[in-house]
Parts: sequence; C-alpha cells; structure tokens
Amino acid sequence: MKRLVVGQIKGARPSPLPLRIARCYSTHPPNAKLNLPIDYSTTPLLAHSKRPALGNASEIPAEVRNGPTKKMNLFQAINDALGVALAEDDNVLIFGEDVAFGGVFRCTMKLAETYGADRVFNTPLTEQGIMGFGIGLAAQGMRPVAEIQFADYVYPAFDQMVNEGAKLRYREGSNGPHAGGLTVRMPCGGVGHGGLYHSQSPESLFTHVPGFRVIMPRSPIQAKGLLLAAIRSNDPCLFMEPKILYRAAVEQVPEAAYELPLSKAEVLKEGKDVTVISYGQPIYNCLAAIQRAEEDLGISAELIDLRTVYPWDKQAVLESVRKTGRVLVVHESMVNAGIGAEVAAAIQEDRDTFVRLEAPVGRVAGWSIHNPLIFEKFTLPDVARIYDNIRKSLAY
Amino acid sequence: MKSPFLRRLPLRRAASMAKPAVAIARAASSSVSQRPNSDYVSFPGALKSAFASELRFETPASYAALPTYRVVDQHGKVVDQSFQADISDEQVVELYKNMLYISIMDLIMFDAQRQGRLSFYMVSAGEEAVSVGSASVLDPEDPVYCQYREQGFFKQRGFTTKEFMSQLFANKNDTGKGRNMPIHYGSGRLHIHTVSSPLATQMPQASGAGYALKIQRMQEPKSKPRVAVCFFGEGAASEGDFHAAMNIAATRSCPVVFICRNNGYAISTPTLEQYRGDGIASRGIGYGIDTIRIDGNDIWAVREAVKKAREMALQDGGKPVLIECMTYRVSHHSTSDDSFAYRARVEVEDWKRRDNPITRLRKWMETKGCWDEAKEKEARDSLRREILKGFAEAEKEKKPALRAIFEDVYEELTDDLRDQMGQLKEMLDKYPDEYDVAEFEGGKDSLKP
Repeated sequence: MKRLVVGQIKGARPSPLPLRIARCYSTHPPNAKLNLPIDYSTTPLLAHSKRPALGNASEIPAEVRNGPTKKMNLFQAINDALGVALAEDDNVLIFGEDVAFGGVFRCTMKLAETYGADRVFNTPLTEQGIMGFGIGLAAQGMRPVAEIQFADYVYPAFDQMVNEGAKLRYREGSNGPHAGGLTVRMPCGGVGHGGLYHSQSPESLFTHVPGFRVIMPRSPIQAKGLLLAAIRSNDPCLFMEPKILYRAAVEQVPEAAYELPLSKAEVLKEGKDVTVISYGQPIYNCLAAIQRAEEDLGISAELIDLRTVYPWDKQAVLESVRKTGRVLVVHESMVNAGIGAEVAAAIQEDRDTFVRLEAPVGRVAGWSIHNPLIFEKFTLPDVARIYDNIRKSLAY
Repeated sequence: MKSPFLRRLPLRRAASMAKPAVAIARAASSSVSQRPNSDYVSFPGALKSAFASELRFETPASYAALPTYRVVDQHGKVVDQSFQADISDEQVVELYKNMLYISIMDLIMFDAQRQGRLSFYMVSAGEEAVSVGSASVLDPEDPVYCQYREQGFFKQRGFTTKEFMSQLFANKNDTGKGRNMPIHYGSGRLHIHTVSSPLATQMPQASGAGYALKIQRMQEPKSKPRVAVCFFGEGAASEGDFHAAMNIAATRSCPVVFICRNNGYAISTPTLEQYRGDGIASRGIGYGIDTIRIDGNDIWAVREAVKKAREMALQDGGKPVLIECMTYRVSHHSTSDDSFAYRARVEVEDWKRRDNPITRLRKWMETKGCWDEAKEKEARDSLRREILKGFAEAEKEKKPALRAIFEDVYEELTDDLRDQMGQLKEMLDKYPDEYDVAEFEGGKDSLKP
C-alpha cells in the first residue's frame, strides 16, 4: 500500500503542501541497522529468476517447475489461481463486494469478462450474506470462492462460519451435504497505515474452530499453489492474504497449474541452534533477523513457514525443535491466545520435545492491543525484536 | 461492512491505468444522468420515482394491512370460488393423516420428554398445514431448509417413523450420527438439510442453494428445474440473516421460495415486540420480492400459494418469492418452556377450539363425504400404534459408534483428531468403571485408529 500511495503522489498535480506530507506515516530511522525496509527485490525468499523458489522443489512437479514461468506479484498470482480454478471446474464461482470490476486489490481482474457475470459477480454489502450464500452453494456441490474485502470485516460472518460452515459436515453426518467446496479469501495484516480496521490478522479466532483449514501464504508461488489446493480441497478453507505483499512480493511463478500441500510446513532454511517459526509477511522479517544474528553471533538458525496455521504441521515443528532446542514463534496478531500460544503449548506438551528445550519458547507478536495508526512500527513484530529474541533465547 | 477509505486508493489508480476504451465502456454502463426538466428521478439509487412538490412522509398507517389469502374458511367452507381440488379424495386423506400423525407424535413425544426418556422436544401444533401442505406441492428433489417446527414437511416428503425416532433417540440409525439435539432432523435421501439451532442462518444458505440450482440448470439445460425452499418463523425474521438472504436472493435472482410461519410468538415475545411493520410480508416488497400473505391454517391456501410460488420462482431465469403464513403457536415453544407464564390459557384454548388446520381440513372432508367419525377413530388409533411401536424399537437400539465423535469434522481424520481418539480410548481402557460404553455400537473398539 505504501508503494501505491507513493506512486500516486508522484503522478499527482503539484501540491501546495510541502512534500513532507508523504511521510506522515512510519519511516525508517536513518541509523537503523536492523529495522531496514525489506528489500523484496533481492530476498532469497522469492524466486527472482526462473530458478525454482526455495524449498518448493520437491512439492511442485518437475514439468511445472521447468515449464514457462511468469513474473507475478501476489495479487497477480491469486488472480492466476482463480483463473485456473474457473477454467478447470464449472462449479467454481467467485463473489463478494466489488469483485466484478476486478476487486479493490485487483485480485479478480478480468475474471468476470472471461468467465461471465454468472460466475464472477458482486454481492450486496453483507458479510453474513456472502458467507451464508457460499455455504448454501457449497452444500449443493458447487465450489464457491467468497471474498471478504478485509479480514477486519469478517466478524459479521462469524456466526455463519463457526456455527454453519465449520459444522455442516459434522451436523449432517451421513446425509451428505457439507461446505467442503467453500473457500473464503480475505486480505489481512498490517499495511503501514491501516489503523484499526485495515490491519487485523484474525487467524487465531478461526484456529479455535474445528472444521476450517486456515492458510496464509507468504509469496506469489505459495499463493497460487495453496489457493488452488484450498479451492480443490473438500474441507472449507480460509485463505488469508497479507495485503502488504499484494504488490511488494514479486517472483517467477510457474504458468501451469500446481498445488502446494495444505497442513504442511515448509522448512525454508536449515539450522542447528534455534528454530524460528512464522507465516505470512513476518517470514521476511524473520529471515532478515536471522541473517544478522548469524553474522553477529556465528550461529545457524532454522526458519519454518507454517503456511497452514490450522490444522498445522506439528511434526515439522517438533522435529526442528528437538534438533535446535530453542524456538521462537513470530506473528503479527496479538500475542495472547495467538498461533504462538498453540505452537508453544504443543512444543512443551510433547514429551520428546520438552526434554530437548534449552530455553523457554519465545513469542514475538503484536502487543495485546488494537492496531493504532501512527504507532504501527512499534506494534508489529519487526526485525529488531525478532533479532533481540533470538539473542535472548541463545543467551538463556 | 467494507472499507470506506482504503478502497478508494486502488480504484483511482485503476482508473488511471485502464485503457481508455474500457474506461468509457465501464463509465457508460453505470452512469445515469438526471435530464433537465425531467418529472422523474434518475439518480442511480431510484430510477422511477416521480418528483413531488408536497412535503409528505409515508407512514405505515397510510396502507391497509396486506390481505390474507384463504381458500377454505374456519367452517371448512370454500370461499375462493375459482378453487378446485387438484387431488383425489384419497390424496386429501393422506395429507390429513400426515397432519394427524404429526400431532399425535407431538403428544407422545412431549410426554416422553416429561418422563425423561428423551432430552428435548418441540411440537408443531397449529402449524401442521403449513409444512404438510407445502411439501405436498413441491418437487421431491427441491432442496429444503427448515427452522425446526416443520416436522410435517419431513412426514409428507416420506420421512419414516423409524427415521423420526432414530433422530429423537439419537440411536445408531440416526443419519446425524447422534450429534444433534432432538427434532434437528435431516435427510439426504429426501433433500432436506439438517436443522441447526442458530436461527435464520439457513436463510442466506437457501439463497445460495437457489443460485446453485440456477447455475446448474444453465450448465445442464435438460436437468429438472428445481427451487430452494426455506422455512423460518417471524421471530427469526428479525435476524440480520433474514435481511441478507432476501436482498441477495433478489439481487442475484435466485429461485427460492421463502415460507414464513408467523405464529404470533417467538418463545415469549409477542409480535408487537418483534416488529412494528405489517408483519413479514410487507418487507418482501421492499426487497423487490413477489410476496403473498396466506391463512396458514388453511392447507388449501398453503398448497395453492406454494404451487404458484414455485412456478413463479422458476420464471424469468429465477427469482425469490415470499409467503407469509399466518398461524398460531398452540403449543408451548418447547419442552423447556411453559407458555402460560406469558400468555393466557384461554387464548390458547380459543385457538385450539375455534380454528385449527386439522379440524378445518376435517370439516372440508366431512362436507365432501370422504371422512367420518369412524374413520377418524380408526386413523388416530392406527397412527398411535405405529408411532408407539417405532418409539419402543428406537429406544432399544444401540447408540452410534463412539468413533462418530471425531469423524466428519474434516473430510479425513486429522493427525490431531486421530491422536485425541487414541487418548480417549486410553482413558476408557484405564478407567473402565468411569464410562458406560456398552450402549454404543461396537463399544470402545470403534476408537481404534
């Protein structure tokens, strides 16, 4: 979003106001060594050339990996996945507020034109309606992909998700209907200036609800593969898209259709001294912090991307922690009862892992507050806080 | 809710990026201009509104209440002269017997609950015509969403005594696998969705189901035309989901028949505390939905209205229709409710005596000469026997396998659930005296991973 606004200011007419206005939101202090802007154009977490993206080699079939690729940002990768889904299955329908013209984040660009207004359409402005409508479609065997414009606005649909979508298969027993065809997409996470209602990451609310799979990609390659897996999955899926990455994260994405496995973590980087677990945008901060810690302290850290936060890949995490003995969980949403709480509890609960712990499980997450506009830089987990927690864990 | 703020940013950017031709086409499709000297409003939000030069607020009182359609009056006499029974006397008797069946089952099960033999029950006394009548004119494959007081719909569509009783006693034959409270019936076989307790949640789902039927028919033009059907009470109509469902069904032109049972009470809350408009029907018009109010104690009115509504719902590529059935909840809300705490016994007795869907049809049948006291007694006795037999059998059956606790949360058992199933098994092995597993099919062995 920041890029977006800067872009607009450049193109705007000369303003009578001094240019300083463009920095009314957070910037980086001049002497910072840790909290530097993430350079998405060089991060090894994205596939900048045709070389397959880190760690995906075994999951994406060779013919797809070696086939043609296209430079895409996150919204384009989502758009691409939605196009694939619409093309391969007549049962796929896409709807939500303002999706017909392309969506407020461009994720549904050209889909209505290509696949028709009956399959890609606007709904009235009602989240509970969108969700109920989607559940009804899924119960009739369709594969609806519903969009909630911002994760911050999912709450009116909470009843439909928790009491209906999540419970439908359980309630119907052997009667047959279920909401497994349903996928719900929603932009989430901090965006620099989103304030209270354009920044939230409510994933842990949904991980407390049996029935949904909750997924958050960190990159275009992941977004395409995980979204296709979610749409094809016979369980209802909640697909959360870090909106700060929509334009920022750009990589070479295979043009062919492929899936990435749900409920499977990805070990992005092997290490032996400490495990850092995250998902979504903070993965980039984690890598930056790890790189500095490895340089400064001569250690090696393992970085794990959960990808699916529920049902999550406990085995991958436990195996890593048994090896390193030290672990940090990093996420944007507030610390208490967040994903980190569950991961930390599972680690200490596992008899074979508990005995290997060399330090308390650390959590680096949002403070237990709402996301305040001007204070975002002090609120969300940043490179310095992750770095400091790595140090603390190692010094314990 | 959506962002009133951030969304403007990408929009503006999009406008500057779009190719001119696309931009013009888009602008033209959504632009409405107010012509000079026009007598009519041409703002985008209302296109056919004439300008008025007198300041006058519309008041609900300016409009008479919407009329209530009936075919047969309280005395069983036909008042719609254009009406002709479209079914044979034998078929009418079947409808009557199904209403009777429900009312007898209600009495037996209500008492059974009072004796502690099942945990909960809800009767549908006074509303049998709405459910039986609508089931009798819908296609057996129309998917149906019920609220919970539509036992008659299940019966008329073919739900068996064994199926009713299996659900009520949550035994191993319950297709809901013993997970739901009593009267939360469902039938995949009969295309009736399992009842869920949260009110009105089924409404936008019915809109979605209707849209699915419409799309599926576009894809398979030779397939049978179907509509989605959705029942709800007047209390549930106060939920936000009612609003969402009506609006989305209208804007997406979904073939759905919404059937409201307006029985005067939502538990203890009378309609005066539920709404101040002209019932539920008046709202349908506001959503642009074809609407009718009918006498819900008149099974013929229900049949005529639902039959016609189904036809209308399939017209013009599909559209929703709303039917408000006026009835009276003769019974307590549920076994957990004593309705005499909030309404006079005499009011209830009056309704029972003066007007009731079962006696009304009975009067019609007697006038027609196809029913009499002897047949009535025989029918009541045999239905009672059938229900009691099913009751006794169902009560004896084993409960569903314990494995059902963990299944169907996801399509496959997750690792965590498999692990938790193992933990429960371990507890049952270790503390056999603390749990009674004998009544569950297969005992604790079904918990083996």
